[in-house]
Amino acid sequence: MVTTVQDSSAQVVRGPATTAPPPEPRRRKGPASRRDDTWVAWLLVAPAILGFGVFFAYPMLRGIYLSFTEFHILTPPVWTGLANIHELINDGRFWHSLGVTAYFVVLSVVLGVGVSLVTAVVLHRLGVSTTVRGLMILPFLISGVVTALVWTWMLDPQLGIVNQLITRVTGEPVMFFGSDAWAVPTLAALNVWKTMGYNAVLIFAGLQTIPASIYEAGRIDGASEWQMFRSLTLPLLRPILVMVVILNVISATQVFDIVQVSTKGGPADASLVLQMYIYDKAFGQFDFGYAATMSLALFLLLVTVTFTQLRMARAGESDTN
Amino acid sequence: MKLGKAVAWSYLIVVLLITIFPFYWILRTALSDNFAMSTDPSSLLPVHFTWGPFKRALGLATPAEAAAEGGSGAKIDLALALWNSVVYAGLLTLCTVVFSALAAYAFARLHWKGRDVVFGVLLTALMVPSVFTLLPNFVLMKDLGLLNTFGGMILPGAFFSAFNIFFLRQFMLGLSNEVEEAAIIDGAGPLRVCFRIVLPMSVAPMATLTLLTFITTWNDYFWPLLVTNDESVRPLTLALAVFKQSSPQASLDWAGLMAATLVAALPMLLLFLVFGRRLVNSIGFTGIK
Repeated sequence: MVTTVQDSSAQVVRGPATTAPPPEPRRRKGPASRRDDTWVAWLLVAPAILGFGVFFAYPMLRGIYLSFTEFHILTPPVWTGLANIHELINDGRFWHSLGVTAYFVVLSVVLGVGVSLVTAVVLHRLGVSTTVRGLMILPFLISGVVTALVWTWMLDPQLGIVNQLITRVTGEPVMFFGSDAWAVPTLAALNVWKTMGYNAVLIFAGLQTIPASIYEAGRIDGASEWQMFRSLTLPLLRPILVMVVILNVISATQVFDIVQVSTKGGPADASLVLQMYIYDKAFGQFDFGYAATMSLALFLLLVTVTFTQLRMARAGESDTN
Repeated sequence: MKLGKAVAWSYLIVVLLITIFPFYWILRTALSDNFAMSTDPSSLLPVHFTWGPFKRALGLATPAEAAAEGGSGAKIDLALALWNSVVYAGLLTLCTVVFSALAAYAFARLHWKGRDVVFGVLLTALMVPSVFTLLPNFVLMKDLGLLNTFGGMILPGAFFSAFNIFFLRQFMLGLSNEVEEAAIIDGAGPLRVCFRIVLPMSVAPMATLTLLTFITTWNDYFWPLLVTNDESVRPLTLALAVFKQSSPQASLDWAGLMAATLVAALPMLLLFLVFGRRLVNSIGFTGIK
């Protein structure tokens, strides 16, 4: 199969080369090694630039514009200036969903990165085979929908296996998705379950770049395992940990599918994460202008958080070198 | 020291159990009789072993059979949804990897005015979360009349992926010049060098990207949810969610739902069996970059 692909591409290339011979010698004669590839380059980049312009830059500008309009899809948007922002500031439900999202992000990032780090270190120290690391990333391969479905079933108050065990011990089931107090922690746990293996493999790859000689030196100096972890592993791992934290914050802030399939934001808005609220505004109430304002807010929030994290990471960089 | 190892191993075993148990539980439930399951919910083996749930999920069971095992009236055309997912994820992956490779070649190996500026501008897309462009993109797809079409699902991601271009460019920058120079001296134009030399040398990272993009697209839920509400183009993720939501809450057909879930996850599990090792290594690789 590979050969046929190469053959056909070769023919494609041969086409223009034979039909337009005159410019070729001229280009080759030019100052020894530097050719001018401008027209080919633009041709090759054209699809990407098209995609960037039509499906990224234009929608982005339009999103900013729509944030300042009243827009219900069926009629053209009407410019309303700062009305949406005014609404946003006074929208208790928005601030509530922001709080829910922050709670979810903190729980899943702290727990997720913590467990991933410990798992990666354990995998590394025990010298476990690739197969085990492979099993770890199984949850990464399945969709959030499948994750939400299987855990909704396992955590079912009556028939779920987890609650069967809990009932045996404590006598009463835990309403994981059905109670105010448990909904967000449960969703965070699902998120951790789904992303832990992937993060652990990332961190593991970082651990592999640390030369073994450093640990040998540490051991000769009489450092304990814990001391070596704290003063060798952690600082050297810092760049990759920063990346893992940032990636996890970005994806957790945009959590949607596991929430939409399991709790739909309930009970009574207890797990109404921001993206769930935006979706509900746009497609439940067809208030596209306001939904755009909220996604603009989410975007600005993410930019701020990411830059703050990067700055904090950089501020502490000197002590690692 | 010995104690530390024992603790580490027990930790690892617990983590592995939590990771893998849900997959076993899907299988166990999918092979159970939905009625009988409520009599023995904590049995570790299938309750009243039956292929019924799979038959229901695949639409092979008669209504009477389904009712006898506790199937609900909710229907799911799994074969169609599977096909839709294959088309959606397959086409999108193919396009994005090919177009990213072409662009990456131009950014990595060609010399042209404005190259670095254009590259820098395209990279800004890495910073913007998808949620911000998804709503306006939905409006765009609606304006273009592409709702409920594969075109609408695929187009936004088909031509441009900042991460893919960045990733492939990094790899191509590291290729040695020698073969390329020799070909240029022999009179090969830049396109010929691209297709005959650079792309064949970049098969490994392209395969990695193909795998990662395919998995992400296959599992994507939000974008298909926005642009499709018709069964004829609805991918698996969406079909599963709709199946659950359309079932009566009180008597959910968990066995049938888990069977459908398993069928939905099966292609990913097969990919895992074939490419698991490569996947593990490529995740590490993308991280180091």
